[in-house]
Amino acid sequence: MTYIAKPKFHHPGLKKNELGYTHRDYEGKISTLCAGCGHDSITASIIEACYELSIEPHRVAKISGIGCSSKTPDYFLGNSHGFNSVHGRMPSVLTGANLANRDLIYLGVSGDGDSASIGFGQFAHSIRRGVNMTYIVENNGVYGLTKGQFSATADRGSKSKKGVTNTDNAIDLVAIALQLGATFVARSFSGDKSQLVPLIAAAIGHKGASFIDVISPCIAFNNHAGSTKSFDYVREHNDAVNRLDVLVGRDPIAVDYAPGTVQVVEQHDGSKIALRKIDADYDPHDRLGAQTFLARHAAKGQIVTGLLYVDPDAEDLHSHLNTVETPLNTLEADTLCPGSATLDKFNASLR
Amino acid sequence: MSDKKPISSVNDFVVRFANVNGSGSASANEMFARAILRHGVPVSPRNIFPSNIQGLPTWYEVRVTEDGHLGARGGVDMMVAMNPQTWDKDVAGIEPGGYLFYDSTKPMPSTKFRDDITVIGVPLTAITNSTYTDPRQRQLFKNIIYLGSLSALLDMDPKLIEQLIGEQYKGKEKLLSSNVHALHLGRDWALQNLKCPLGLRIKKSDKVGDRIFIEGNSAAALGAVYGGATVCAWYPITPSSSVAEAFTAHCKKYRHDPETGKAKYAIVQGEDELASIGIVIGASWNGARAFTATSGPGISLMTEFIGLSYFAEIPAVIMNIQRAGPSTGMPTRTQQCDIIACAYASHGDTKHVLLFPEDPAEAFEFAAAAFDLAERLQTTIFLMLDLDIGMNHRLCRPLKWDDSKQYDRGKVMTAEMLEEGRDFGRYLDVDGDGIPYRTYPGTHPTKGSYFTRGTSRDRYARYSEEGSVYADNMQRLVRKFETAQDLVPRPLQANAERPTKYGVIYFGSTSPAMDEAIGLLEARGHQLDRLRIRAFPFHSSVASFLAEHDFVYVVEQNRDSQLRQLIVNENGIDPVRLVPIVHYDGTPITARYIAKAIGDHQDHLKVTPLRKAVS
Repeated sequence: MTYIAKPKFHHPGLKKNELGYTHRDYEGKISTLCAGCGHDSITASIIEACYELSIEPHRVAKISGIGCSSKTPDYFLGNSHGFNSVHGRMPSVLTGANLANRDLIYLGVSGDGDSASIGFGQFAHSIRRGVNMTYIVENNGVYGLTKGQFSATADRGSKSKKGVTNTDNAIDLVAIALQLGATFVARSFSGDKSQLVPLIAAAIGHKGASFIDVISPCIAFNNHAGSTKSFDYVREHNDAVNRLDVLVGRDPIAVDYAPGTVQVVEQHDGSKIALRKIDADYDPHDRLGAQTFLARHAAKGQIVTGLLYVDPDAEDLHSHLNTVETPLNTLEADTLCPGSATLDKFNASLR
Repeated sequence: MSDKKPISSVNDFVVRFANVNGSGSASANEMFARAILRHGVPVSPRNIFPSNIQGLPTWYEVRVTEDGHLGARGGVDMMVAMNPQTWDKDVAGIEPGGYLFYDSTKPMPSTKFRDDITVIGVPLTAITNSTYTDPRQRQLFKNIIYLGSLSALLDMDPKLIEQLIGEQYKGKEKLLSSNVHALHLGRDWALQNLKCPLGLRIKKSDKVGDRIFIEGNSAAALGAVYGGATVCAWYPITPSSSVAEAFTAHCKKYRHDPETGKAKYAIVQGEDELASIGIVIGASWNGARAFTATSGPGISLMTEFIGLSYFAEIPAVIMNIQRAGPSTGMPTRTQQCDIIACAYASHGDTKHVLLFPEDPAEAFEFAAAAFDLAERLQTTIFLMLDLDIGMNHRLCRPLKWDDSKQYDRGKVMTAEMLEEGRDFGRYLDVDGDGIPYRTYPGTHPTKGSYFTRGTSRDRYARYSEEGSVYADNMQRLVRKFETAQDLVPRPLQANAERPTKYGVIYFGSTSPAMDEAIGLLEARGHQLDRLRIRAFPFHSSVASFLAEHDFVYVVEQNRDSQLRQLIVNENGIDPVRLVPIVHYDGTPITARYIAKAIGDHQDHLKVTPLRKAVS
């Protein structure tokens, strides 16, 4: 959705990752979002995480719904296939894509309107099914593209730019994701790249339904006094439970931290997450504890961020369905079609 | 008894069973139909059932038809009245001279009968109660006992029924012998106490041949297995649920890796129809063959995605097992009422490919072909079945498959082609057929990726709101639809013996009734050329057929003559020349109905029947 061509040249000394790709290889088109939009920071974090993980850019499928957030897959991983689908329906499209080819990495990008309102059902059911994906909600509490209506994640009592007070209760997607059995649940803030990048990287490494709610202020319609999704408000009320590093193919650097405050989580794909705990009591393997912790802090008006829950031994939809390892989209008539001899027997059984 | 003579007929009559649903009658009734088939006599059974699980009336109708007329006939020659709730209506529905079979355990007042029918009472409850103590057994075996009595009354060979019981309860000896025992209880009572056989009789014949007896939904599901579908997403809705259930059963049998036991398919029961079609679109976008099965209300919900499939050019197969609409309509009654809804589904200018199978054999063929068409045309293909084909056992030719057949995966640009430097424009018409190339996600590190969107874009998939760019794309989509005309199954024409100015167009489940009606019309002296439409877009032969006839009847099972509307709209012809013949009460159309409607119209036109003209 951009009109300006992005120049392809770059500095010859640009750092390369393990696969020899530079940062630029993970970029997409020039963003057409408002200058300063939180979503662009998330885009930058996705690029950074993919670069850090040395992912082959074309092995990612990026799928979105409709809205400002859903436009962003055009702005990262330009060599990946993207699918800007139907409003609120990213989860089903992603589920189908994932079933067709289990070998790609699936990145679902959605917004609060897309996932908490029109697509609330699809959000819920894709999480329930344990689709192997990284589901990012760029949450600004407002309908930006249609100019400032409240979304379902807007807090009760918060004020719109036009001065209207929201009287509806807010949906906390993180709380819902925990309840529905997501096996990787995190929240972050678009302005906190040092927390967000490793969260995205860890989510990609996770085999199962990973959900990240990223508070992303809308500078055009939801960054004023009275908003609970503004830069200032989120910075003031952010309560991080942990900081993490993702270590791929490297020795854990956990030794750098004081014992008792670092926890190394090894995921299915071999990647390791080093969690630097800020809240000493916080246990990211306790779903029930996470739900209580979240509710307790929400009551105090605090926005809990960090990795809230992870099940490193999670299973995904393909395990539940017991599908073959070979991607279904590569199977041809020789393996799929039972043939005429079988059909003759089938006919004979119906006489 | 009045003067009306009892109906006398061999291998040509209709038996209707009136039952309460949930009483276990379905399997006994089906066994009755199968047993007649084993006599070499064709049958056409139909379930008439409520949208309910237990306690409401349900009927099972078996048309015994040595001549092989598989459409519904109308009228009942013998009523097996097992449901007191519907007694009056059931008795009233019997043809004069017909037969009433009932449970005579409790005496009935004579006012409950008619004097122009033959009444046959068998004390079913008394027999079961004296033999069985368990209430469940009493219920189930009562059904087998009436089957036994009927076998004697209709002169059926009990060995053939025993054979069927043997096949059904293979390995379950106790059930097998108790069913055979129940069969003979009923049979022996009838032989000892009633005059057997009646005027209605089954006589061994050889008219079944190698035909098979199968439900359309099961055949369509098997077509999906043979056609290479690997992803199925669905949401339960009558009358389509048995498609996904049959697909599951067929896949369990035919699609597991013999070594690892792993599944070469993925079936997801979606949370609704939106998710089901979303999963299909996502899977097809990613290069798998995917389908969903639904009915009218599901189609309504799916329309936004269908528009995306059309505009972003993503293959999809939707099996629509039509039922009577609008809204919830009559969920367990048949109609062909989604023609317009599917042909033009979604907002904006759209057109979609529809396939109209006439029976399970074609449902199998067209289901398999739908995946080739979807990938070749990169759009949604609708397989338009209906409840009558989908949920009833139908006698049809055996299913056939050519082992040399490879799937047509359509225009897919591979990594090698991209390496060669082929120009890839996702919406670029390189061959002049309106069909562009696509790439699967993950094909090549630097070439061939593109952004799929429902918004307007240029030939290279770049976002654009330029009017000329948009129009260029819409024109190409028209070209693509024209290409489809020659890829879809062609209409089949059958001409009358003598040249005629009159024609009839029909499609789908109307087929057997139409074939039979032609005979009835000929007997009245009306000659008609026939064209069975098997797909939309219409092949050019449809226009030729219209041009060759003064009047063409369009026979269909909906109120608004939707196929006629589509023909008028797409062929730009004078609507006066297309005469609608519609049947839409939810029951399957009959030959009698068609013949009367067309015959009356012909008479109204003051056509001199050929027979009179030549005499």
